[in-house]
Amino acid sequence: MKSGRFWAWVVFIVGAAYFFIPLLATVEFSLRMRRGVHSFDAYQIVLGDPRFQATFLYSVIAAVFTIILGVLVVVPTAYWIRLRLPQLRPIVEFITLLPLVIPAIVIVFGYIRMYGSNSPLPFLGSNMGANALLVIGYATLALPYMYRAVDTGLRTIDVRTLTEAAQILGAGWGTIIGRVILPNVLIAVLSGAFLTFAIVIGEFTMASLLNRPAFGPYLQNIGANRAYEPAALAVIAFAITWGCMSLIQILSRFAPKSANRPN
Amino acid sequence: MTDLSLSNPTMAAKPAPPNAATAFRLPTQWIGVAPFFIFALMFLILPTLYLVVGAFQGREGQFTLDNILQLVSDPSISNSYWVSIKISFWSAIIGAFAGLAIAIAIVRGGLPGWTRSATLTFSGVASNFAGLPLAFAFIATLGRVGIVTTLLRDVLNINIYAMGFNFLTTSGLIAVYLFFQIPLMVVIIVPAIDGLKKEWGEAAATLGATQWQYWRMVVIPVIWPSFLGTVILLFANAFGAIATAYAFAGPALNIVPIKLYSQINGDVLHNPQLGYAIAFGMIVITGLANVFYIWFRTRSERWLK
Repeated sequence: MKSGRFWAWVVFIVGAAYFFIPLLATVEFSLRMRRGVHSFDAYQIVLGDPRFQATFLYSVIAAVFTIILGVLVVVPTAYWIRLRLPQLRPIVEFITLLPLVIPAIVIVFGYIRMYGSNSPLPFLGSNMGANALLVIGYATLALPYMYRAVDTGLRTIDVRTLTEAAQILGAGWGTIIGRVILPNVLIAVLSGAFLTFAIVIGEFTMASLLNRPAFGPYLQNIGANRAYEPAALAVIAFAITWGCMSLIQILSRFAPKSANRPN
Repeated sequence: MTDLSLSNPTMAAKPAPPNAATAFRLPTQWIGVAPFFIFALMFLILPTLYLVVGAFQGREGQFTLDNILQLVSDPSISNSYWVSIKISFWSAIIGAFAGLAIAIAIVRGGLPGWTRSATLTFSGVASNFAGLPLAFAFIATLGRVGIVTTLLRDVLNINIYAMGFNFLTTSGLIAVYLFFQIPLMVVIIVPAIDGLKKEWGEAAATLGATQWQYWRMVVIPVIWPSFLGTVILLFANAFGAIATAYAFAGPALNIVPIKLYSQINGDVLHNPQLGYAIAFGMIVITGLANVFYIWFRTRSERWLK
């Protein structure tokens, strides 16, 4: 047991070194722009760059629309599968796992060929159409995470009783989903939303191939042309990912643990 | 007489109305899931099928196997597949074992409690920290003027670039990919190790098993399926990754996703149908991997309930 603990420490420390050295080195590197002293010059240049602001804003908006679309597609489906069509569950779960099987680049390649400007559904014929297609693509990428989060949330509430209670009070389907089910799984939905945000914000492949002015292609451009700014951007990106994950952890503390909890 | 009445057509018709009612209700049931299926069909399944069909068509739309055969016969394409498979395979294997070691260390190693929560939190972040920023972080660390590169050169007089280190080699990319592969393994495998019941260890000890026998006959068989399943997930994860490698070398690096990226952007292979075939090959490889994943997953869930 003594030697077991020794090896456990060895593994832990070696692992910590592998993960922390690049992060610390990146922080250090990002502070070195001005010769001889540590400074926040790289951050100032990046944050002050109008292209940074424009592309970052674009990606934030894309992420928000992705989350809205994801919720609209996933919540009613997951609810309905639980309530009425449990026999469809394996099929729906299989479909939600497909984006893990089909690489993003293949999906977007399909979009480009299927929804080009000469196709019956010319998404790529206009700017707004291409923006919509990017949001749709992102929603597809986020589908596995969103569905799992919402389904886990639904598992902790008594869907049938809530639905029947709402129906007795005269609620229609829109009211049931929007004002009864959604608030009850809000924490799960928000977890899925923050994960979606973390995935979407710096996404490169889809944004670049659809020619969108998003944060990912901007990152690529800076990475190819600058020395210190990419390190600053990496630190910012890590902080964003960290922020999203922390929010998910904080939210999970408020989530109900089971449907039968005594209140 | 009762038999007769049952076979009586008017009586047999009796149960029909409820049937008709369910048949009538069925469409309304389906309306609830229709948006999802339409979405999945339009933006996931049909675009993929479009490429799969295209992979088997010539320029005039006739059926052909030429595109698929060219994946093998064109050395630059088959080589890119080979490099991608190598990188994905080794980063999955090494990532899986390293992740498993870390998971065992924090769950069973008798370390203080904070190591577990700190590792899990960090793994959640790092498994999602991929793409371009990850490449930037490694360039700042081990690039030609990176912090660690210059430290090694100035302090220990070791020039890693003179020793042949390069991000654009297979081993260089594997080392970088491990940064998201190991945490992903930790995130998935820790619950599996948690699922090992204490009673099993006690039962094994009561039966006189040594520590080694307990591991060989209880622990490994139980976590084996979810371990192997996660290896496959890691493989697919690395196989589709493009942004990190693209940040290192742009289109110069010869791995499948970058090859496809250049083909989509500018038809560098001078044959649009070949792009479909490359996409089809990628789906086949990750698809095969995931068929195994689902299979192993269902097997492991039997034990870990």
